[in-house]
Amino acid sequence: MNDVLAVTRLDVNALDYGILAVYFAVVVAIGVLAKRAIATSEDFFLSGRSLPAWVTGLAFISANLGALEILGMAANGAQYGVTTIHFYWIGAVPAMVFLGLVMMPFYYGSRVHSVPEYLRRRFNAPTHLFNALTFAVAAVLTAGINLYALALVIRSLLGWPIPLSVAVGAGFVLVYITLGGLSGAIYTEVLQFFVIVAGLVPVVIVGLHAVGGWNGLQHAVAAQVPHGDRLFSSWTGAGTGSWTNPLGDWIGIVMGLGFVLSFGYWTTNFAEVQRALSAKDLSAARRTPLIGAFPKIFIPALTIIPGLIAIAVVPNLGKNTVGAPTYNDAIPQLIGKFLPNGVLGVALTGLLAAFMAGMAANVSSFNTVFTYDIWRPYVVRDRSDHYYLNVGRIITVVGILIGIGTAFIASGYGNIMNYVQLLFSFFNAPLFATFIIAMFWKRATPWAGLAGLVAGTLGAGVMHLAGYHIGYFYPGGHVGPHETINAQMVNFYSAITAFVVDAVVTVIVTLFTTPKPVEQLRGLVWGVPDPDAPDPALAPKPRWWESPAILGGGALGLTLVLSLVFL
Amino acid sequence: MAEMSESTERSAQGHVATQVRDPADRSTRLFDLRYLIGTLFTLYGVVLAVVGLFDSGHEIAKAAGIRINLWVGIGMLVLGVLFLAWARWRPLRHDDGEPDA
Repeated sequence: MNDVLAVTRLDVNALDYGILAVYFAVVVAIGVLAKRAIATSEDFFLSGRSLPAWVTGLAFISANLGALEILGMAANGAQYGVTTIHFYWIGAVPAMVFLGLVMMPFYYGSRVHSVPEYLRRRFNAPTHLFNALTFAVAAVLTAGINLYALALVIRSLLGWPIPLSVAVGAGFVLVYITLGGLSGAIYTEVLQFFVIVAGLVPVVIVGLHAVGGWNGLQHAVAAQVPHGDRLFSSWTGAGTGSWTNPLGDWIGIVMGLGFVLSFGYWTTNFAEVQRALSAKDLSAARRTPLIGAFPKIFIPALTIIPGLIAIAVVPNLGKNTVGAPTYNDAIPQLIGKFLPNGVLGVALTGLLAAFMAGMAANVSSFNTVFTYDIWRPYVVRDRSDHYYLNVGRIITVVGILIGIGTAFIASGYGNIMNYVQLLFSFFNAPLFATFIIAMFWKRATPWAGLAGLVAGTLGAGVMHLAGYHIGYFYPGGHVGPHETINAQMVNFYSAITAFVVDAVVTVIVTLFTTPKPVEQLRGLVWGVPDPDAPDPALAPKPRWWESPAILGGGALGLTLVLSLVFL
Repeated sequence: MAEMSESTERSAQGHVATQVRDPADRSTRLFDLRYLIGTLFTLYGVVLAVVGLFDSGHEIAKAAGIRINLWVGIGMLVLGVLFLAWARWRPLRHDDGEPDA
């Protein structure tokens, strides 16, 4: 805990608190105004499927732009350097384009309410329940972890006690989601996107100016750390055999991070996909992740560059000595060092807004999955829509209360929460294998769906435990008492294992069980069209800049060009 | 059981949703976010720009010699005005013809 207290208190005045207070008031207003548009449960859980693509697209990216993500990626930038862009350009953009171009027609076209509901229609109830339960538990615990992280940062920056921060953060999220439902969450996410950008841009501008631009930054970093030039290359040392890249070899980066983990998260995590399902039509739903991909390409400029600046200008950053700031403090340190009152308030508002958005995205997807995928099909069936709308509001309150409890547990046992998150990554890792087989192989049977998911989860767990006994995952190439394992690399290889095991088990079980009749798979599987679907020829022809192919191709092309520049 | 309720729900809210509930009804009941973003950023922008004009040497020195409040204020003001102009230029419409880009 001492390392957290090492951060200098921000020199906040009435102007900064005024900027913060205005934002909080606006967030409450969003909840109150959005409530007027809620008449049915679909309005509450899916915004009545009425939102335009630019709103859902920015919310799609913003739901992932929680402050944990921002502070964490800046920490990676400080520790690992430019190679951190793999989390964006390989680990996000291709998966987002794939979701928009290939998978969204199955999700949105089949009119499912949630990602687990797709598994129910495509496979069977046990597969559905397994996925719904793990997602619901993971979402509510992640919300709690966000809340705890919020409290830690507020305590170190403003000196507020942890219970006060938890109560304030949870209270505002409670108000705008219980009132405004998903619309409240999404509108707040879009607003938060602009505020966090407005808060981070001055950090980058002032910081780069202070160190003498990009070239000055390279020299300043090289003066601080040995092999500082390595921090400015993304692929150096990623060869197999004897890797030196901080993220391990290219197989782990490309297949583990870029393929399995990234596609699993972006294409099957309901907190993300829900934003696209709330779009007003299929075209807007497909454009949601594609529009989100463009800001995602440039967000590393607001996270990795501050991390590198912090290495250059913050004394003893990450030096692991008593009183030294940790890598996670990179952005708060720069805010305190460079920003005068005024923009300081904007940056602080952006950080707090990002924490609340990170929590709200999880809560607003949790209440949907709980109501539509657990309560309505398995607990209390066939009640009025109004009943389920009320269940949604009540479970929102319950979910936030559990999140608060989680935050306090986390404050006592910080390490336990790391293990909990790791455990959930095991459930997440095999999902993409199951979905890709489900959507493209109509023979895949209901029981194969469940068996594949369970086996993939076990595969990831076994690989993770075994990884600690495999010398290849250690920077020195062998297991030893003084060696530190490359945990990211083990994660990437565990994910690859999960994918392979899931795919193999799904295929084997399919060969020995009975497939679903094709009539039940209409609209859910490639090559089995839904006869009730509206005729594509009747849909209004999109203008050229709304074409998913052009948007997706543009995002991939831009990423490729930038990747070559920062090779 | 579940399959039953699902099929009725699909026919009620599924592909024919546009006939069951007028989408214009929904989009106009849910307020236009652009006015809110535009107003907030205009307000923030004006406040920061004014503060930036009166920043002392201490504030400017802290930000490595840049009048950062002034510049960020101008940037936020421009963004806010753009959102307000967009909302005025292309208001949420009642027909199905792509009201909001």
